[in-house]
Amino acid sequence: MEINDLRVLVTVLGFLCFLGICLWAYSRHAKSGFEEAARLPFTDDDVPAEPSGAGNPRKENKNG
Amino acid sequence: MQSQATYNYKVVRQFSIMTVVWGIVGMLVGVIIAAQLVWPALNLSGAGEWFHFGRLRPLHTNAVIFAFGGCALFATSYFVVQRTCHTTLFAPALASFTFWGWQLTIVLAAITLPLGYTSGKEYAELEWPIDILITLVWVSYAIVFFGTIVKRKVSHIYVANWFFGGFILTVALLHLVNSAAVPVSFWKSYSAYAGAQDAMIQWWYGHNAVGFFLTAGFLGMMYYFVPKQADRPVYSYRLSVVHFWALIFTYMWAGPHHLHYTALPDWTQSVGMLFSLILLAPSWGGMINGIMTLSGAWHKLRTDPILKFLIVSLSFYGMSTFEGPMMSIKTVNALSHYTDWTVGHVHSGALGWVAMISIGSMYYLIPRMYGKTEMYSVGLITTHFWIATIGIVLYIASMWIAGVMQGLMWRATNPDGTLTYSFIESVKASYPFWTIRLVGGLLFLFGMLIMFYNMVKTIAGQKAYDAPVLAPAAAHA
Repeated sequence: MEINDLRVLVTVLGFLCFLGICLWAYSRHAKSGFEEAARLPFTDDDVPAEPSGAGNPRKENKNG
Repeated sequence: MQSQATYNYKVVRQFSIMTVVWGIVGMLVGVIIAAQLVWPALNLSGAGEWFHFGRLRPLHTNAVIFAFGGCALFATSYFVVQRTCHTTLFAPALASFTFWGWQLTIVLAAITLPLGYTSGKEYAELEWPIDILITLVWVSYAIVFFGTIVKRKVSHIYVANWFFGGFILTVALLHLVNSAAVPVSFWKSYSAYAGAQDAMIQWWYGHNAVGFFLTAGFLGMMYYFVPKQADRPVYSYRLSVVHFWALIFTYMWAGPHHLHYTALPDWTQSVGMLFSLILLAPSWGGMINGIMTLSGAWHKLRTDPILKFLIVSLSFYGMSTFEGPMMSIKTVNALSHYTDWTVGHVHSGALGWVAMISIGSMYYLIPRMYGKTEMYSVGLITTHFWIATIGIVLYIASMWIAGVMQGLMWRATNPDGTLTYSFIESVKASYPFWTIRLVGGLLFLFGMLIMFYNMVKTIAGQKAYDAPVLAPAAAHA
């Protein structure tokens, strides 16, 4: 096999791999996992418990 | 429930503060060289060659990209990876080494570049001993980051971590390949490559520095801090997955557009142009994904200056990722290349996208490092936002006009084939626009000074706070 055949092969395989990822990402199969993952930034509260403004509810105090 | 362990916030705190400090330093050098273009005497030739434009310009680019941007990336990636993995940093001592090693790198850059020690490769000017230090820091960074992901307490790896991880791996690869050199003395080396191949490798590096250091890493920031500040999950998680892989598969090929009409083989230039055009799709996919995260909560944009920073940064990301592919088209490039249009394009990305998303993220991060939820003054964040935005608009608009004018003047010919304008005539015509650019840069720098004041007031009298590591809230099945 010539070196250029290998180069073409790698490019085509790379493209197919990308198409595969797209199909997988939009498949029903991946959906529930994605929904779980999308909530990861919200699985904890990074507002400190006690210090600063006493007893204000954590949620809507960011826009004053 | 609540374990004793706390997140490793110390290193995040250190990098966050230095982000603001280095931002001011880097942008100040930028303002100085912008002023030198207007008043050349400011290069202080009488004092020596150390403050010449050619010496200070790489100092500016290194300071804003690697010192300001780098510290912002370290801070946010260490913060995000811990919180989304619900675990402390892997090898915290090594994390501490990345902080001090990175600061040492920056200080060495600030000393050697004005002295004229340079390998002459754009955005990779630092000489080989510093390159080795960077390698050590970067490998440590990778160990800390990926080690933390390995010990995560949740099953998924949040998409922001994919972007941070892609950025860390790719920058390691780029740095190692492009910085390969033959040292001839302690402060002098020659590239391991020659001729057109050297140029190709340099711009493979250069454009991927843009693509991975200045894009993928900051997209990691975007995918955490935009949802967090908007208080709603990212618009489409599956789009974010496709966004990630599309960038990874495409960016690597775009470098040759920096070498249009050079000795680089013509087909290589065309491939570079084609892949640059393809890049428009994933870039805009990502921008839309970030902005649409606000759908249903647009009102927050009216009152929350941090969201203003984050969302406007995405708008600039969209603008510059449209402009970039357009400028990579050979015929457009024939007009734009070597002109101030390129400088305007870079700053639309660097100030509009990179700096604004970092500033927004820092305004989120800094108070939380000291047990607070807000900066000392939210009003000053709004002031910063408007000053910075006006500064950017002045900067890029003046550079667009100057760039197109320069390109048109350089290509104009008389009927007999001679050039209509001499080069110096285009320099003379550029002065008004260079002055406007200086004003824009000054405004942006002033905004950073406001941020510094706000940061000092936020921190003053506060004790450093390390949040407890909580078990992930019951996965809402």
